[in-house]
Amino acid sequence: MIAAYLFLAPGFVLFALVILYPITRAFQISLYHWAIAPGTPSEFIGFGNYTKALHDPIFWRGLVNAGFYMATTVPTQIVIGLVIAVLLDAKMPARTFFRTLFYLPVVTSWVVVALLFRYLFITDGGLFNWFLHDASHITNHNIDWLGQRWTAMVAVGILGVWKGVGWSMIIFLAALQGVPRELKEAAAVDGAKAWARFRAVSLPAIRPVVAFVTVLLVMGGFNVFISVYLMTQGGPQNETQVLLTWMYLQAFSFLDFGYGSAISFMLTLVVLALSIVQLRLFRRPSDNS
Amino acid sequence: MVVGDKRRARMLIGIRLALLTVGAVVMIIPFAYMVATSFKHNTLVLQLPPQFIPDHPTTANYREAWSSNQFGHYFVNSLMVAAATTVLAVLLSSMMAFAFARFEFPGRRLLFGLLLIGLMVPTMMLLIPQFLLARDIGALDSLWGLVFFYTAMNLALNTFLLRSFFQDIPRELEEAMVVDGAGPWARYRQLIMPLSRPAIATVAIFTFLASWDEFVWALTVINDPNRRTLPIAIALFQGQHSTSWGLVFAASLIAILPVLAIFVTFQRQFVSGIASGALKG
Repeated sequence: MIAAYLFLAPGFVLFALVILYPITRAFQISLYHWAIAPGTPSEFIGFGNYTKALHDPIFWRGLVNAGFYMATTVPTQIVIGLVIAVLLDAKMPARTFFRTLFYLPVVTSWVVVALLFRYLFITDGGLFNWFLHDASHITNHNIDWLGQRWTAMVAVGILGVWKGVGWSMIIFLAALQGVPRELKEAAAVDGAKAWARFRAVSLPAIRPVVAFVTVLLVMGGFNVFISVYLMTQGGPQNETQVLLTWMYLQAFSFLDFGYGSAISFMLTLVVLALSIVQLRLFRRPSDNS
Repeated sequence: MVVGDKRRARMLIGIRLALLTVGAVVMIIPFAYMVATSFKHNTLVLQLPPQFIPDHPTTANYREAWSSNQFGHYFVNSLMVAAATTVLAVLLSSMMAFAFARFEFPGRRLLFGLLLIGLMVPTMMLLIPQFLLARDIGALDSLWGLVFFYTAMNLALNTFLLRSFFQDIPRELEEAMVVDGAGPWARYRQLIMPLSRPAIATVAIFTFLASWDEFVWALTVINDPNRRTLPIAIALFQGQHSTSWGLVFAASLIAILPVLAIFVTFQRQFVSGIASGALKG
């Protein structure tokens, strides 16, 4: 039994110091007007940083922008990921090749792909505008993608979907392969059409996995940071700030650690509440049965 | 009938392949264009219509990125940090996983629960208190400081994945060793670890890539240009040379090449690791 503690100790002490201790501190710091210099006392202001956030228009804009990013990229990633997974769930040539290819953006660093998409979205000379304007004439002028709020959020969202779709695909594919072949074949023998078969057999079977992917994507969507930070820096004039870029600016440019902590703590609460709601929603039908 | 079914099946596969090819092209275009741009002269990077195969390819960007911009140095920094983190995180988390999988002790459920909390808390929420901690223990602006924090950040997930793998190893093997007088350390080193090679490989790959690509923490705690890792070097690089896209992408490709090599070589571990994490969790 002592041996167990000896095996645990080195890792757990490190974990407690670097993860658990900061968790307890995250809330505490948010209650202070935090003094940066070590040794200087910080002023306790209760929920002052929270009321400050509620009166800060850019905090609300950041929340809306992050919410917009989440609400547009999560369903898109789930639908496209599921379609690709269904297409790959069959005996066919080049399956591994396709799977690898769709997963490639997932393993590529966020920094690299954010810079890459910034380049692709350049107004004059970027690949997107060339395709939309010069090549296909879908638009009659070059769009200033990263220079305006909503087009910039769409650009960031396109990157998010392109980078993330392989992740949901690979999880859905593993789940689909776990659906017993006999079930799928039995439904086929009954003459059910492919879509009806999918809805009656495969979809219910992978429902918990869809729930899992949704919850994680919603979390990740609200926590969008690197792509915004590197594609727009929250600009122009803070139009494209999301909660975390605003938090980062407050903390590490303006050195307002208390306010920064309050923002990240509220973000965590929002994400937590959403996760609980989702888990309830996903659970309900199976409770009835 | 049977012949018709076969023809129909073949047609369906054809449709699948066609749709997948369209998707694959969309996925690959940004990469292809990045590679093309990295071989272009700086004056041509915004030239339209886009050239996916440059008329006048040059390797100047690669030579410049590697030599004059200290990229070799940043590459070595990243490599050392990622390698040290991987060794430490795999060692510590496999030891914890062994304790959780094989021992009954007071506080076991509580400690495991705390570990799961660490898994669920968004990393960005801890950025500010972790920064203050790093300052107080003198871990700012140091590569060892990065290793220290990266190791801790990877422990929870690794322990979680390894524990479930260790639990599936039959206990009889271990009991035989106990009869022969082997202590816990011997069982861990000579039995559990060798039998868990696939799981260890998966966890090691994930840890290595996570540290290799980590951006936010390094951006926050590293100021000294000599201690930059590749992700911050590339991001700042783009700030300094805002129009030198060829140079930026040459540097980026140097940074992601090891990742792609690892991914393509070990992709079976990748797929099983992600899927098992998701389906069990």
